[in-house]
Amino acid sequence: MYSKAKLAMALFIASEASFFALLIVAYVFYHGQPQNGPNAADSLDIPTTTFYSLCLFSSSATLWLSERNLRRGQYDRVIAWLVATIGLGAIFLYGQGREYLRLFHNDVTISRNLFGTTFFTLTGFHGLHVLVGLCALAVVAGLVLRGLVRERQAEAVEAVGMYWHFVDAVWVVIFGIVYLGSLV
Amino acid sequence: MKGHEFTEGIAGLVGERERVGWFSHEGLLGWVASVDHKQVGLMYIVAAFVFFGLGGIEALLMRIQLAVPNNHFLSPETFNALFTMHGTTMIFFVAMPLLTGFTVYLVPLMIGARDVAFPRLNAMSFWLTLFAGLMLYFSFFAGGAPSAGWFSYTPLSEAAFSLRSGQDYWILSLIVAGIGTVAGAINIIVTVVTLRAEGMTMKRLPLFVWMNFVNAFLMLFALPVLNAALVMLLIDRQLHAHFFTPASGGSALLWQHYFWAFGHPEVYIVILPAFGMISEIIPVFSRKPIFGYEFVAASTVAIAFLSFTVWAHHMFAVGLGHIANLFFAVASMSIAVPTGVKIFNWTATMYGGQLRFTTAMKFAVAFIVMFTIGGLSGVSFAVVPIDWQLTDTYYLVAHMHYVLFGGTVLASFAGIYYWFPKFSGRLLSERLGSWHFWLTFVGLNLTFFIQHILGMMGMPRRVFTYPALPYWAAFNMLSTIGAFVLLIAMLVFLYNVVMSLRYGETAGDNPWDAWTLEWATTSPPPVENFVRIPPIHGRRPLWDLAHPELADELGKVDA
Ligand SMILES: [Cu+2]
Repeated sequence: MYSKAKLAMALFIASEASFFALLIVAYVFYHGQPQNGPNAADSLDIPTTTFYSLCLFSSSATLWLSERNLRRGQYDRVIAWLVATIGLGAIFLYGQGREYLRLFHNDVTISRNLFGTTFFTLTGFHGLHVLVGLCALAVVAGLVLRGLVRERQAEAVEAVGMYWHFVDAVWVVIFGIVYLGSLV
Repeated sequence: MKGHEFTEGIAGLVGERERVGWFSHEGLLGWVASVDHKQVGLMYIVAAFVFFGLGGIEALLMRIQLAVPNNHFLSPETFNALFTMHGTTMIFFVAMPLLTGFTVYLVPLMIGARDVAFPRLNAMSFWLTLFAGLMLYFSFFAGGAPSAGWFSYTPLSEAAFSLRSGQDYWILSLIVAGIGTVAGAINIIVTVVTLRAEGMTMKRLPLFVWMNFVNAFLMLFALPVLNAALVMLLIDRQLHAHFFTPASGGSALLWQHYFWAFGHPEVYIVILPAFGMISEIIPVFSRKPIFGYEFVAASTVAIAFLSFTVWAHHMFAVGLGHIANLFFAVASMSIAVPTGVKIFNWTATMYGGQLRFTTAMKFAVAFIVMFTIGGLSGVSFAVVPIDWQLTDTYYLVAHMHYVLFGGTVLASFAGIYYWFPKFSGRLLSERLGSWHFWLTFVGLNLTFFIQHILGMMGMPRRVFTYPALPYWAAFNMLSTIGAFVLLIAMLVFLYNVVMSLRYGETAGDNPWDAWTLEWATTSPPPVENFVRIPPIHGRRPLWDLAHPELADELGKVDA
């Protein structure tokens, strides 16, 4: 018997992947063209963003630990690891906010040139997905805290988890292409 | 499970109220708050017909303007808004919701399920679609309707050239509708995978369910492509970004690639469910099982895959280069193979059958003929030099309407005459149905066939008027007369629906002696769909029930 929630989430992720694929194609397409004004190589702060990215990547591990404890019925640990996940995700968003502010100060904006247009659209939509994921995780944490989620609902929580892992995976691709790609 | 015993459902839970039917005065709230897949399905269908009326009025206004040369009935600006709204409405708010209505109504019934997997999500999909359509039409009151055409090529659709906010309403409307469609697609896939009744294996699914299952995957991957392109265009317009503005380094061509990467799969999104309906109707009125079930199902999968590889046949005139043109030409022609397989299978099903030409069957057979004409003119477009000559002429308008009107609309009417008794408990009048059919058939060919010739004579699409060149006035007048014949046909249909709902013959559970599960329950079905589900040992459970000695999968019983 398939889990309805997890199957639906897998399909939703597939459609989201198709959405992000187009944003990434647009970034890569314009990145390969010569242009005036700021570009990835001279605008982005790679070391700082690497630190914040590691926070996001490790949040996948903490969420996995939370899910494992849910299957075992250890709810205190479920909540503890969920809080850790939310914290790491929030740190990532804070880092992204700081990066944006720094870029704005250097007059790199969405309307400045095609680098700004594609960079802010791609990372902005990703950030929006992180924010939605944080809200979903907070709802799950609240439900566990009030005793409304038990082992039987583990699949619904795992569906939220799939979404979070997907958002992380998208950042792996974006970080690789946008940040590390600017080095080569 | 034993032989032919019924699976006991939840009998006794069906109250009188649920049995009364769909116009039982449960009040407007009973509909607005409903999450029942049958009510949601009917709301989709009714909403689609309201938009059909609006899109039809837009078409008639354009045909009046084009009836005579050098006409000034409409201004060029109004004409641009009308063809934009007509195209957008017919694709996104008529064809898609109409077909989705059939899908969400029938798929759970055909697989023996109580409802879709996520009933509330299903209702949300509908309301997103409806409000998206209303938002599109609100643009008329908010500074003017969009007028950059249904594919809104950039940079024309960018802020510098489309000043009206109508273009932004167009973008937002399609984003909202797209989200609703993706949610609906997820719902259908999960429903088919998880909620099939005992014995309803994937190999026994009715072909209508198969095609909608495959179609849901098309929507799942194609609509996000459109939505991504739309948000980029919106960001360009609202935040002064540069995705598609050549003046600041952007690429107008990228929009074309993105739009048609969605746009070609979209063509199949609005035809696969129609194929599904035809695949149910033709066998029942030929008294034969479908010929080559596996081929029909497999060719659908093939069409779905190929449809993502051919988009640039909409862009032959752009100058992509010979290699690219050649690839997309060959890929496009190859789609004719699985489509041809289907047409062959339907014809072979009819061959040697005891044909019953009910109105539903007339529409189904007309569908095969009209769709074949539209398919052939479509293949002609895959030949690059022909495309160069005829692209953006009335030949294209004719092709597209043979596929969408001759295809999707005729199939939907076949579906309505076939399933109306299930929806309402009453049969539509066959006498009025015959009038409706013949007026539609004549009107359709009168309106659109002549446009092939106008196109070959060089009349471009989307011109608000034309000079009095030889034959152009006469041919355009014929086309306009045809459009009004179609109007009369639609009024006859509307009259038929209104009269039949009140005075129509009572249908009973299975008026057509059909075989799929939706006919095993009452008309209209009770809220929980089935009191009992008959045993499913093959593709035609009701046939097996009536003729146990001739069962489709004899010897496989109790498998
Ligand atoms: Cu196409």
